[in-house]
Amino acid sequence: MSGAEAQITDQARQPDPLPSPPRSDGPRRTASPYAPERGVSPASAQPAPNGGGRGRRWAVRAASLLAAAALWQVLTVTDARLWLRFDRLPTLDQIAARAAGQLGTQIYYLDLLQSLIRILAGFGLAAVAGVAMGVLVARSTRAGDVFTPLLEAVRPIPAIALVPVAILLFPTDEQGIVFITFVAAFFPITVSTRHAVRALPTLWEDAVRTLGGARRHVHWYVVLPGALPGVFGGLSVGMGVSWICVISAEMISGEFGVGYRTWMSYTIVDYPAVIVGMITIGLLGWLTSAAVELVGRRVTRWLPRAERSGP
Amino acid sequence: MTLGITLESLTLGYARDPVLDEINLAVRPGEVLVVVGASGSGKSTLLRALAGLLRPYRGRIVAEGEEIAATSRDRAMIFQDDALLPWRTVRSNVELPLRIRKLPKRERRAAAREWIARVGLAGHEDRLPRELSGGMRQRVQLARALAGAPRAVLMDEPFGALDAQTRAEMQRLLLHVLRDTRATVIFVTHDVDEALLLADRVVVLGSGGVRALIEVPRPRDLGVDRTALRDQIIKEL
Repeated sequence: MSGAEAQITDQARQPDPLPSPPRSDGPRRTASPYAPERGVSPASAQPAPNGGGRGRRWAVRAASLLAAAALWQVLTVTDARLWLRFDRLPTLDQIAARAAGQLGTQIYYLDLLQSLIRILAGFGLAAVAGVAMGVLVARSTRAGDVFTPLLEAVRPIPAIALVPVAILLFPTDEQGIVFITFVAAFFPITVSTRHAVRALPTLWEDAVRTLGGARRHVHWYVVLPGALPGVFGGLSVGMGVSWICVISAEMISGEFGVGYRTWMSYTIVDYPAVIVGMITIGLLGWLTSAAVELVGRRVTRWLPRAERSGP
Repeated sequence: MTLGITLESLTLGYARDPVLDEINLAVRPGEVLVVVGASGSGKSTLLRALAGLLRPYRGRIVAEGEEIAATSRDRAMIFQDDALLPWRTVRSNVELPLRIRKLPKRERRAAAREWIARVGLAGHEDRLPRELSGGMRQRVQLARALAGAPRAVLMDEPFGALDAQTRAEMQRLLLHVLRDTRATVIFVTHDVDEALLLADRVVVLGSGGVRALIEVPRPRDLGVDRTALRDQIIKEL
């Protein structure tokens, strides 16, 4: 060891004085994953890096949607045939009229409610089971040996390909559709949770154990909260895949639901209603994904701003 | 109540390449034992074994007649950095050992408030670790470890990542706080002056064993010339 390593100031050799209050000495080091140079005080939060206020960003978002709608209107009103045949698709005013008609009927809301119930049931079950399975296979070698081959073998099968099995397996179509939705969300949630748990620094676990924590304390105080950012990544993907699969399953075997109604509209050549169904699906998917993102951001407030899950 | 710990023919690491080989050492109850040594000399490995985070390859670590085989709240560990749970506030981190012990909320709150004040962080209870400086985070780690009323505190270069000024403040704070707790302290550092400031005894590790065991005269405030001790330790490193 060189003399240079002996770094205490003379001041430090004074006899045990009272502790001085903490200096607002600010951040010096960047070794901590949760202490970037800028993150010492909430008051030091940085403005959005890419310029523009909140209002301007919302204006850009709205303009993006309006531009897409305007393009649709131009292509359909002019009956454009540019290899793609827009002349067979309804114009915005036809769609708006059909939407207005549907919004006044009870069946529209029953379909909407039915799809939402299926999503909430399937996705809710998948969230619980996926997080539990992800933690289990990441934390237990034996559980990993038992379940990982099964998970990896079933994971590549698209959930929608399980429709025949679901029809055979479950007494009612309703249960089959929830099952398909569950399977769709289960795998992304499990895989994300598994990765998030494996990526946790062992230091946090060591700290809890040396404070007297048992295995259950490590799970409760370290693994679950520490994995939340990754878990919410999986929940977000899972919600998107759930919608794809619930709509597809409804189109194949449903009796109600937005997917069923959209397909029925196609078979009776009611194209404006098909588009109304599509827009409804888009809005429902957007709303539910936004809800997941919102909850995710709430429970991961501790992350430095740039790393938070969600936009 | 303090804790004495005895290392009996302790070998850590692997058979062919032990980090520490057949070491014997008695840590006295209530003393501050500082472990120094060059990088790779096994300081941190020894501390992890004392904490119960690492099983010895051979030999035993004994505390009050019982072999240390697992972690225990009797032996709290303070790490260099990043050991605070980043999603918990200062208060919530300090309350953690008390939550683990299922203390009622009122008692937890009171104990946490007291310890946070003792390390000079009153008013910062609701802040998250990322909102604190390195020195403040180490104060929280100290409060969290001591709130659990451990009988021994194991400190792994806790001030190693701090600048000289903050490090000096933390050393003074540690000495002040330890006066009240009477816990046995085993403190790992590579800084010889830090060792001489804090220690009752200094253990110098090297070549897989104990190179020297040096008594440091007390009390600390006599302004004893420690140059000779310092030279002796550096020679052993």
